[in-house]
Amino acid sequence: MASYKLDQSVRYAKSHEWARVDDDIVVVGISDYAQDALSDVVYIDLPEVGDTVTAGKQVSTVESVKAAEDVNAPISGEVIEVNTALEDTPEIVNERPYDAWFFKVKPTDKLDAELAALLAPADYEKFVAELE
Amino acid sequence: MLQRTPLYETHVAMGGRMVEFAGYELPVQYPAGPTAEHHAVRTAAGLFDIDHMGQFEIGGPDAEICLQQLQVWDLDQMAEGEAHYSVLCYDDGTVVDDIFLYKLHRRWLMIVNASNRAKDWAWIEHHLHGYDAALIERSDELAMLALQGPKAEQILQKLTSYPLVTVAPRTAVETQIGGLMVIAGRTGYTGEDGFELYVPVEGVVTFWRLLLDAGKEDGLLACGLAARDSLRFEASMPLYGHELSPQINPLEARLGWTMSWNKPFIGRDALLKVKLEKPARLLVGLEMVEKAVPREHYDVASDGQVIGHVTSGMKSPTLDKFLAMAYVPSAYSALGTRLDVIVRGQPKAAVVVKRPFYKPKYKV
Repeated sequence: MASYKLDQSVRYAKSHEWARVDDDIVVVGISDYAQDALSDVVYIDLPEVGDTVTAGKQVSTVESVKAAEDVNAPISGEVIEVNTALEDTPEIVNERPYDAWFFKVKPTDKLDAELAALLAPADYEKFVAELE
Repeated sequence: MLQRTPLYETHVAMGGRMVEFAGYELPVQYPAGPTAEHHAVRTAAGLFDIDHMGQFEIGGPDAEICLQQLQVWDLDQMAEGEAHYSVLCYDDGTVVDDIFLYKLHRRWLMIVNASNRAKDWAWIEHHLHGYDAALIERSDELAMLALQGPKAEQILQKLTSYPLVTVAPRTAVETQIGGLMVIAGRTGYTGEDGFELYVPVEGVVTFWRLLLDAGKEDGLLACGLAARDSLRFEASMPLYGHELSPQINPLEARLGWTMSWNKPFIGRDALLKVKLEKPARLLVGLEMVEKAVPREHYDVASDGQVIGHVTSGMKSPTLDKFLAMAYVPSAYSALGTRLDVIVRGQPKAAVVVKRPFYKPKYKV
């Protein structure tokens, strides 16, 4: 397995999404490990603005040359923005996985508990090491 | 136990991502990635290890008589040094395998799919019985590489004094390349000009490195199975197990152009009947009108009724479109027919389009 990058400013789900708190919203994408395992990303079926999403439930699908994989919401809330740049340039997920966010969520009052349930970068690294 | 080609260690050292394919461990991609590898073949050149393909030699006084029976193409049309695509059929007209045939000096080389090697061997042996013809396994002595792309000729020319410009499409020469006696066929499975190379196994690791070095300045990339699949898909070449199987006949698969009706071959009677009655279903090209990635086995529907299924599908790297090949009843096969592909339970609009999606760019 090729080495992958960790972002110290995010927390990770075991299903390989990352969540970054930015003021009062949460930005969501997929990890470098995930994009590498997927190989070249060709299409992302994004949620719609206004959708209500639930932590741990599927909200989006990322399609690569290899397979279609579910993307789960790491944090519950309402989708307030989706990254439309991914429609024409899905390859940025491979190139810059921690910049290529999928959607932004306005979280609920469960935010602190849901963040606590996600993995810190060091713990995600250990989790991935066990998968290998 | 998975088999490995002589280049296994080379692939691993180059960062190839090894996967199981037809009983072999092969690189699905290298670090450049499938999309970059695909574009390299369309614009420059790519090098593939395709040694999983089976290489059978057929020789002996009755070789040609037997081969005429065994496959659909008319060998009387082939001169020594020529190569042609063909199909092996069962009596009922369905497909045993699709093959490539080379007419070499006093012998024939037949290239078969890795997944069908044992089955083909047994089937051919059975049909050679009683004839003065020998079937010889060459797969362990010959390694098979493909050098494909518009710059394939200029790269290969650096390793040989043979004037490659004189090697016409679908012909082959046996000559010294990179210090080895190599059979070089101007053939391929990508829709680009290029060569398929049959190299003595003991020299193939050095030969591979030599080629990659020779092509470095021309943009040559080592390519994996994913790029091989997307390239053949765009050129709408069938892949056994997807567009071809023992449940499919070559007329449904639009391979009627390979069949020589003016000679006997196994399956001819059944196929002539299909030809006269018209195939009940046909292979079509589909382009997604709604964005979605159509994948193998997805249902194809019309007015909510499932009428067929996708055999191969992907986002085409060259054409930047979501495309599929699918079998549908003939009534739904006309260009422009509106159909749906069911993607994760949702019907996504598609339209029947012309094949090939990408027009092959061979030398003339």
